Amino acid sequence: MKIVKVPGENNKHKVFVYALSTCAWCKSAKQFLKDSSVEFEYVDVDLCNEKDKEKIREDILGRGGSLSYPTIIVDDKVLITGFRKDKLRETLGI
Amino acid sequence: MVRQRAEADAKTYGYHLNPDPEFLRNLLEGLKQNEERYGYPSCPCRLASGKFAFDRDVICPCDYRDPDVEEFGACYCALFVRKDVFEGETPLLPVSERRPLEKQVRAYGVRTEAPAEKKVESAVTATKESSEIRLKLWYCKQCGYVVFREDPPYICPICKAKREIFAEIRIRADALG
Repeated sequence: MKIVKVPGENNKHKVFVYALSTCAWCKSAKQFLKDSSVEFEYVDVDLCNEKDKEKIREDILGRGGSLSYPTIIVDDKVLITGFRKDKLRETLGI
Repeated sequence: MVRQRAEADAKTYGYHLNPDPEFLRNLLEGLKQNEERYGYPSCPCRLASGKFAFDRDVICPCDYRDPDVEEFGACYCALFVRKDVFEGETPLLPVSERRPLEKQVRAYGVRTEAPAEKKVESAVTATKESSEIRLKLWYCKQCGYVVFREDPPYICPICKAKREIFAEIRIRADALG
């Protein structure tokens, strides 16, 4: 699984993004985090192999999420489905 | 090419394309990429399996567009939007997924061996079953439109009747002889 790290000054929280390389909402979410100087990691699920896709499905569903992108996991406990600026601002304090 | 097709389709059905030029450009680029890698323009915001039979319902314009635009003002990826959203009167928010989970997991369950994790058992079982997709003939009792698909459309593309108006056409063996 190719995990990409995007460095940022705001690194108080551990932010992980499940995204699709073709998804416009995912692109907007990544850009929003960059513009807010939030450090995060992401993986483009459509570019993963079948084994990793299965792991990702299990991870998202196991956390009570839905198979929608972006799925953003903050500090390994808060899961945000979709690009929700309001929820990101609240969770990340930005 | 993808842009012209989307524009023509929006015009036919009375929709508008996303008003944000950058967002629209990303969507069209995603559609183009999917068309190149899969051979058909599946939704850029959904994970495709790469198998036509599994992805048919999310090939743009997807099966969920009409009810989503009607209810939320935009389709799932927000390529197509309603007039009030286009004009900025109604804010555009992420649209929750209408596609049933058993169809979503088809993009993940390409392998069929039993998983170790119990928690996703139902999803994986659904994937196995989906390897035999049953296509059926459906007709709109209101206008007579006939479609050969796994499920009837949410809204009849001809007369806009709701899904409940559709009935399956069952061909009896004695009618064939």
